[in-house]
Amino acid sequence: MTLAAAAAHPGFLSPTGVEIAFLLVGLATFGAAVITVTTKQLVHAALWLVVALGGIAVEYLLLTAEFIAWVQVLIYVGSVVVLLLFGLMLTKAPIGRSPDADSGNRWVAAAVAVTAATALVWVVVDAFRTTWIDLEGPAQGSTDATGEFLFRHWVLPFEALSVLLLAALIGAIVLSRKDRAGTSHREDKR
Amino acid sequence: MHLAYPTVLAALLFCTGLYGVLARRNAILVLMSVELMLNAVNLNLVAFDVWLRDALHSGQALTLFTIAIAAAEIGIGMAIVLAVYRNRGSSDVDRLRDTAETEAAETLPGDEDTHDAEDQATAPAGKAKKAEATA
Repeated sequence: MTLAAAAAHPGFLSPTGVEIAFLLVGLATFGAAVITVTTKQLVHAALWLVVALGGIAVEYLLLTAEFIAWVQVLIYVGSVVVLLLFGLMLTKAPIGRSPDADSGNRWVAAAVAVTAATALVWVVVDAFRTTWIDLEGPAQGSTDATGEFLFRHWVLPFEALSVLLLAALIGAIVLSRKDRAGTSHREDKR
Repeated sequence: MHLAYPTVLAALLFCTGLYGVLARRNAILVLMSVELMLNAVNLNLVAFDVWLRDALHSGQALTLFTIAIAAAEIGIGMAIVLAVYRNRGSSDVDRLRDTAETEAAETLPGDEDTHDAEDQATAPAGKAKKAEATA
């Protein structure tokens, strides 16, 4: 069956236009991700993260998941990166190069990452060597389809998630407010 | 499209994030690397959902939920990092070795010598001065 599927599809040597676009955007995304975790300038890391996350949004578009692509742009590029930049500035991150951005065990970390990447890529390529995604037909992640499956089959998790977001909001406020009563209590004890 | 393209890209992005989490010293850069790992998982979810043509579209629904939970996680994580920075004056994860808010934990390992040289009576005063400075 797998051989028949392999015979019915073109191989690696004749990639389609979507595959070429996916490969090029994927290379840009991976490069931006590598720069994000290796650059010594902290603010540049956040800006390269924008490139990586935007590249992933383009990959979602190429996989016909349009709604998720725009959600990715809105939430990750729009708010998460801004939050990270605010965090960098609030912790007085140096603007220029900071030589101690990486800890001393970076070579161990690199070895672990390369080993994990080798194992994962090998297993994945071996497992899905003869598997093709059929991107023909109507887009599977259009806003129409997304709204239908989200509010027909996933309503309860959706509402539970809104409660979780509320809890996270309150938790962040509690964590970040200055606890004046607690501070004075500690001073009294001292 | 061959399924190997998105899955290999997701594996590489995940390992990039893994390297970042293990090698970075600043806590905010660690959070960025965690975001990369979450995005790799999202890419896998979307690719498998589009491949399997699931009637419930579990992959895409779970991707949306993962994005929302990642937003909550980054908010809480940033609040924790800012609280730690306010209390300890640093957000370098490998220099924060104490889990308790003790007097020794308030000073970084780098300036332990000056802390030990100080008289024990002046140490709380120094800490109070720092609390005033951050308030």
